[in-house]
Amino acid sequence: MTALRRVGPALFAPVLAVVVALVISSAVMAVLQVDPFRVFEVMLDFGETPSQQITALVVILNRAVPLFLAGLAVAVGFRMGLFNIGVEGQYRLATIVAAAAGAAVTLPGPLHVGLIVVVAMLVAALWAGLVAVLKVTRGVSEVISSIMLNYVALGLASYLLTGPFRGSPPGSQIVGTADIPESGWVPSLNGIFDLFGLANPPRQLYGFLIIAAIAGIIVSVLLNRTRFGFDLRASGISPSAASASGVNARAMVVKTMLLSGAIAGLIGLPDLLGSTHAYTTNFTAGLGFLGIAVALLGRNRPGGIALAALLFAFLDRALVPLQIADFPASVVTIIQGTIVLAVVVANEVAKRIARRSAERGSAEPVAAGSGPAGTAPAGGSVDERQGVQA
Amino acid sequence: MSTVLTTPEERAGRGPVTTRLTRLGSRRVWWVLAGVLVLLSVVRVISGQDQLTSSSTMSAALLLAVPIGLAGLGGLFSERAGVVNIGLEGMMILGTWGAGWAGYQWGWAAALAGGLVFGALGGLLHAVATVTFGVDHVVSGVAINILAAGIARFASELLYTDNPAGGGVTQSPALSSKPPVLSLPVLSSGPDLLGDLEARHWFLLSDLAGVLRGVTQGVGVLTLLAVLLIPATYLLLWRTAFGLRLRACGENPAAADSLGVPVYRMKYVAVIISGALAGMGGVFLVFIAGIYRENQTGGRGFIGLAALIFGNWRPGGLASGAALFGFSDALQLRSRTAVVALMLLVAIVLAAVAVWQAVHRRLLRATVAAVVAVASLVGYLLIDQLPPGIVSFTPHLTTLLVLSLASQRLRMPRADGLVYRRGEH
Amino acid sequence: MPAPAGGVPYAVELHRITKRFPGVVANRDIELRVARGEVHAIVGENGAGKSTLMKTLYGEHRPDEGTISIDGREVSFRSPSDAIAAGIGMVHQHFMLADNFTVLENIILGSEPTRGGRLDRAEGRRRILEISERYALGLDPDQLVEELGVGDRQRVEIAKVLYRDARILILDEPTAVLVPQEVDELFGNLAELKREGLTVIFISHKLDEVRRVADAITVIRRGTTVGEADPRTTTARQLAEMMVGSELPSPETRTSTVRTTPVLQLRDVTVGAPGGRPLVDDVSLTVHEGEVLGIAGVEGNGQAELVDAIMGLRVPSSGTVVLGEDDITSWSTRARREAGIGFIPEDRHRQGMLLDATLWENRILGHQTRPPAAKGFFIDRKGSRADTERIMKEYDVRAPGPDTLAVALSGGNQQKLIVGREMSSKPRLLVAAHPTRGVDVGAQAVIWELLKDARAEGMGILLISADLDELIGLSDTLTVMLRGRLVATLDPANVTPEQLGGHMTGADTTAGAA
Repeated sequence: MTALRRVGPALFAPVLAVVVALVISSAVMAVLQVDPFRVFEVMLDFGETPSQQITALVVILNRAVPLFLAGLAVAVGFRMGLFNIGVEGQYRLATIVAAAAGAAVTLPGPLHVGLIVVVAMLVAALWAGLVAVLKVTRGVSEVISSIMLNYVALGLASYLLTGPFRGSPPGSQIVGTADIPESGWVPSLNGIFDLFGLANPPRQLYGFLIIAAIAGIIVSVLLNRTRFGFDLRASGISPSAASASGVNARAMVVKTMLLSGAIAGLIGLPDLLGSTHAYTTNFTAGLGFLGIAVALLGRNRPGGIALAALLFAFLDRALVPLQIADFPASVVTIIQGTIVLAVVVANEVAKRIARRSAERGSAEPVAAGSGPAGTAPAGGSVDERQGVQA
Repeated sequence: MSTVLTTPEERAGRGPVTTRLTRLGSRRVWWVLAGVLVLLSVVRVISGQDQLTSSSTMSAALLLAVPIGLAGLGGLFSERAGVVNIGLEGMMILGTWGAGWAGYQWGWAAALAGGLVFGALGGLLHAVATVTFGVDHVVSGVAINILAAGIARFASELLYTDNPAGGGVTQSPALSSKPPVLSLPVLSSGPDLLGDLEARHWFLLSDLAGVLRGVTQGVGVLTLLAVLLIPATYLLLWRTAFGLRLRACGENPAAADSLGVPVYRMKYVAVIISGALAGMGGVFLVFIAGIYRENQTGGRGFIGLAALIFGNWRPGGLASGAALFGFSDALQLRSRTAVVALMLLVAIVLAAVAVWQAVHRRLLRATVAAVVAVASLVGYLLIDQLPPGIVSFTPHLTTLLVLSLASQRLRMPRADGLVYRRGEH
Repeated sequence: MPAPAGGVPYAVELHRITKRFPGVVANRDIELRVARGEVHAIVGENGAGKSTLMKTLYGEHRPDEGTISIDGREVSFRSPSDAIAAGIGMVHQHFMLADNFTVLENIILGSEPTRGGRLDRAEGRRRILEISERYALGLDPDQLVEELGVGDRQRVEIAKVLYRDARILILDEPTAVLVPQEVDELFGNLAELKREGLTVIFISHKLDEVRRVADAITVIRRGTTVGEADPRTTTARQLAEMMVGSELPSPETRTSTVRTTPVLQLRDVTVGAPGGRPLVDDVSLTVHEGEVLGIAGVEGNGQAELVDAIMGLRVPSSGTVVLGEDDITSWSTRARREAGIGFIPEDRHRQGMLLDATLWENRILGHQTRPPAAKGFFIDRKGSRADTERIMKEYDVRAPGPDTLAVALSGGNQQKLIVGREMSSKPRLLVAAHPTRGVDVGAQAVIWELLKDARAEGMGILLISADLDELIGLSDTLTVMLRGRLVATLDPANVTPEQLGGHMTGADTTAGAA
């Protein structure tokens, strides 16, 4: 009971938000003469044969892994009060550079994969670090600089793809970097299905799932159990209390962005190392922004982000069956968008309710000491605000 | 996003460059513009890149600058009232969709109205979330961007698939009428005197002719409206009581509240106007393309925000930011060799900066500026043509560079981003 | 309610005003009667409830009980606009000015003169210059408020209310941040206002000034009216007693635990403010091992900045800070804490704790680099929880357990936790700023005992407080801070409350002491 008590309030806001979003979406669909229940039915239909069902599961999981990593990267920034909108550019640049690096060498299996991962993390961390340095030294708003750098990354990637890193012969339909040799592939996990006696579908489950899970655990431990993580979280909760406790605010900004960037570097790797094995024009963009949604829905905690990623992946997967059943498939994006907005509102409302009830619960009769504990202290009238753009 | 990094001493400062440029308004501004023109002229003559000041480049620059400027104006209204609006992109998307939907059925005027209304609805949503529910402004803006894209796609799918008028999931049917287009009579059309002057390639005069012709030939009605909105916004925000109150909400909402200004209501109005303006930017894009197309906005909402910050939250500065972006974008679209000429310009400017810093004994900054100037010059001399990928982010890099150089001296509305709850301040 | 002699109704009459906030009763059964054309002072200690009362009068919130009458008519204000319409103008203690606006824009905001839809700045300018002339305010309408000094800003605030034809002015602690000359100028302005027939209500705790300028005084203590006084017949001492309450502690005789080794030395420390007088002005002091050095003073006289300078949160413009043998002037906050400085901040919510975090997480705050909170790179959860439980037991922190969120604790319990936490690291120096503010009497006694015990073990304590009981009861040496300087050094065993109050409020510098 106490476990539920503790977890309950934390779940309240996101669950409420999802419910509200579903209700609103259903209403919209009904108004436009689309049967919401049929839509949900199609979405939940994983197919008849076990192979089809497992395939659906694999598709969802494969989609969820990069979403999870994106959410993780954004969440690390959010926990410190920083907004890393630059994830989009960070992972793009990281993926192409890592793909080229991976194609250029041949090493024994784990080393090869390790090299690709390290290169990706380094590139993305540096790209994110640039934002931090600009903010800390020149006072440039991190929102603007990361957006601009997203475009620079886009252009750079395009140039690299068609220029120095080009691997495909001229005249190809799809341009890509050179293929990464097999030693740089992450094997799939389909063996697990055999282990459990389940159907083994042709669709391969990304082995990177394991690495992503480990990343999630590491981040969780880092944030919750290390001194650095404590400093990071304290800076996000109350910058003034953190400073008074000895945290160097500027250094914290740089370190956080580097960490966030490093995680962002992993986003493109599940696809790269599990199926495409090259960076091509078919690169999956947009995960940076979806990552923000996933982080918000998961309340910036690895466990919640995992669940949120699964939810969004589930919704994404429903696009094809919906189209086949002749429904407007983009109802999925409406649901996703509504969920995000509902979540942020619900979070805010829940926070206020919790604060108010805690204050009321601790109400005392007139303090016999020097007066109301709630009034502002003298000696300084500058409001503390969580300023936005720096 | 954090105030811990700026102390009161740092924030108060107004740097020499910004002071020179923004104080004592119009006279100085003309001198600066003249200086820029001369510089461009010089670079054109040296490099032989006529595209730098040709009327076609200028014309394209104007077309590219307008949607950014409109989005930036939207941001101006919102932020001057204290609400950060990252959702401009989403509101622009809604505007494009609304324009397409109303436009194919009822013509270009309806398209304008449709875009405004849809953009305003996006603004309303942002206002409800931030002002009434107290959600963090940036988070709400991002949520709206996601939602808007989804709504546009969804509505298109619903209304445009199997639509006899045409269109599909990612685009609307074509607009049923196009907006009128104007040209200046003698100078830019007919005898086209300016065009004549431009073709002679005389130093400075031809460049001036190119600039003037570019902005007066084939100008659409909406372009004109957008350009007029700049001074109109200035008048509204700095010369009326409404404007004073709105700006007060962004500077010190508690003070405004204590004087009877309805702070919540003003914020609502400002954010809704903000959405409408972003929507208008979307309408403009639809007019150029003739239809609504998915991803038409291409991030212009964000660039508009950058132009806003670049312009120090003033309409004039915003316009110059949009113009800078539009110009560099036009240049890179028209001619990749011309962009190389820009490197010469950068070299000249940074050399001047290096000299200035050295004179003021800031040797580290002087050295950095000098090094970059030399690199830029070398680049100009060695490179013939920049590859398309690199050149595509010319405008973004330019904006970032300028922001980095001037950023510390910007002053945003003091209560921008503050989640204002009555009684807590 | 008796009307004053002559049958003219009171300009302002508050009857049985009560105002509650979650957790506290800020005002209880307040009575206030202000005659027209008089300068009426409301005095009381910090936290007595004066500001809350004035906010009620100005319409910033509604009272829970009681009535307000203006010129004999009972009124009810829903917002400041209603109060403004009734002729009341408020000059806030913390100025409500937009720095990026000019004087003109700040004054006309909300009541702008317009001509044909456009802002009529010329008209506004004309009226402001007229007001400025009439009341000798000396304002330049086109100057940016950002460039103005404190005295000028206050005059802008006064002009704001005069522009709106206020007949009743409320000034909330107007002299809190003024230097003596500016105070004289202000009192000159008040005389002008009175001459024009306006009524002035003036909140203050500076008894010398109050007796100089007020026609009548109402004393408030702990949220309720204690009495009225006539400045011509009441002595400063009597006023002080009414404000503070006549039970004053006599410090117990105790053996001195002061040792000779200095733990903290400040030499000529100055902390500047941009474009104004320094906030901390050339302060030198020494705290020895086993000594409690008390700094008395009304808030806003530089104590907060002094604390910031010692903790490394603010860089002094000159001077040195020495801890033991080390010059720590350039050290980071973390380094200073690790070197053995404990910190009980004045505003525990802002600097002392993470409200939305658990108690054991708050135990770690400020001590992230040492056991029991940390073990190497990691946070020692178990160690921290065990130690939090120990603190809760030893320091009598009443809460369900170490996993409770800090926000759920009462102020007193939060403070006890902070004290326990800071003491646990056995610091050499403890900087305690208002350590028992907002804390109930029981917790207060506990904290005092703890501080005394710590002192006996050799800890040096720098105690900053506005609570005279606390200062007299705990300090071995007592200094007074006024306007950034240390103006007196007193022996707590021999000082009287009026003497102390006199130094704190500057009464000794004028002929005001009775």
